[in-house]
Amino acid sequence: MFAPFKWEAYFSNFPVILMAFGKTIAISFLALVLALLLGMIFGMFSVTRSPILRALNRIYVEAIQNVPLLLQVFVMYSVFPLIGIKISTFLIGVIAIGIYHGAYISEVVRSGISSIPNGQFEAAKSQGFSYAQTMFQIILPQAITIIMPPLAVQAANLIKNTSIMALVAGGELMYASNSFANSTSYYGPAYVTAAVLYFILCFPLSRLALSLEKNRGRSRVKRVEYVNKAMTELDEDMKNAVAEEGVSTWESSSRG
Amino acid sequence: MGELFTWINFKFLLEGLLLTIVISLVSILLSLVIGTVLALMRRSHNSLLAALATIYIEVFKNTPLLLWIMFIFFIVQLPPIPSAIAAFTVFTSASMGEIIRGGLSGVHRGQYEAMRSQGFSRFQGYTYIIMPQALKNMVPALLSQAITTIKDTSFLWSAIAIQELMGRGMILMNNYNSTLQIFTIFALVGLFYFIICFALSLGVRRYQKKYKIPGRVGV
Repeated sequence: MFAPFKWEAYFSNFPVILMAFGKTIAISFLALVLALLLGMIFGMFSVTRSPILRALNRIYVEAIQNVPLLLQVFVMYSVFPLIGIKISTFLIGVIAIGIYHGAYISEVVRSGISSIPNGQFEAAKSQGFSYAQTMFQIILPQAITIIMPPLAVQAANLIKNTSIMALVAGGELMYASNSFANSTSYYGPAYVTAAVLYFILCFPLSRLALSLEKNRGRSRVKRVEYVNKAMTELDEDMKNAVAEEGVSTWESSSRG
Repeated sequence: MGELFTWINFKFLLEGLLLTIVISLVSILLSLVIGTVLALMRRSHNSLLAALATIYIEVFKNTPLLLWIMFIFFIVQLPPIPSAIAAFTVFTSASMGEIIRGGLSGVHRGQYEAMRSQGFSRFQGYTYIIMPQALKNMVPALLSQAITTIKDTSFLWSAIAIQELMGRGMILMNNYNSTLQIFTIFALVGLFYFIICFALSLGVRRYQKKYKIPGRVGV
């Protein structure tokens, strides 16, 4: 299975594999960007007061998470051309995998935001923060330390899932490895090397997830400092605004 | 060409669903056993055992399942269904190992001390005291893993020609050629997967609410 001449044949074909590896990286990167975007948007939907947005988020998450990714890829691959939509397998990979992991990331974002105690929202509100200010200056900077570790895990999973594009002739690493293995029957070098290449991409991400998780406790102090700073800045802004308006009577008494 | 909604077609898909469930269930049960061994190895004081378990888990956590299906089918050369079960088992065991380890470390230290002080053997202690408590924390993650496994069995038709649910759908599609019929078959297959996975994910949510267990996001 692992005879030296097979490895020789494999490495003479290695540039082809490397090109395919590049394609895996490209699909992963673009799909991750799409997934982050969708995850962010739908994750925020789930914590709004609008029941319509919340329902949209639920439908997206449940419909996508409870149906195999491969089925979603197959629909794009074989039904879309029949109704006149022609997109390359590369783009199918980016879109299908992006949408699929977007659903998972939206859950990550949701649980990150909802892990912030309600008191934070109330405090921000009482200090005169608008909804957007509360979200972007108070809640998200704190939630991000909770969101980051599972996000890194999701990124690794996303990379692993690009391998299913091999089943629709996607031309990425898994496909190139399969093609080489099937045409030469030198399965050993093809699959072992593919495993090593996937590992090189995913291992740093799962290590990152672990170290982020360990650092979370330590970053709490930083978060508190951050929130204090944001509050002080807002305080300054309000004081300035009040000074410009020429009203100064309530400023010190109402905002101790 | 012809009528799509016939009892024969329905039965044809249902048989595929049955195979999907059988492969998933056997793989999950086997990987629970191996996962428990991995988790105990990682927690053991023997650093060699711990290192071996860590390497196993990291290798399978950071490489795609599809690769292992191909690897076992072509290199170990088992027949298709045993290949599938073997690949799913070695792959899922790594995740199970992590889940079980998490569950075990969630059990309070005092419980381990109590178990020793009351003269339980290690085996008795783990079986009667530690595991039942750990299991409570693990249920949501285990169910999420089951959902992932069921969805991933959909690779098996295209990879090694096992006629599970997805495979039966694809075979059925060859008999029909209108866009609507093909789409309907995809929708039906998707619906079958959805019903099972959604039921499990509802279970996850209910359990988390009942016992206030923080969420874990699966694959």
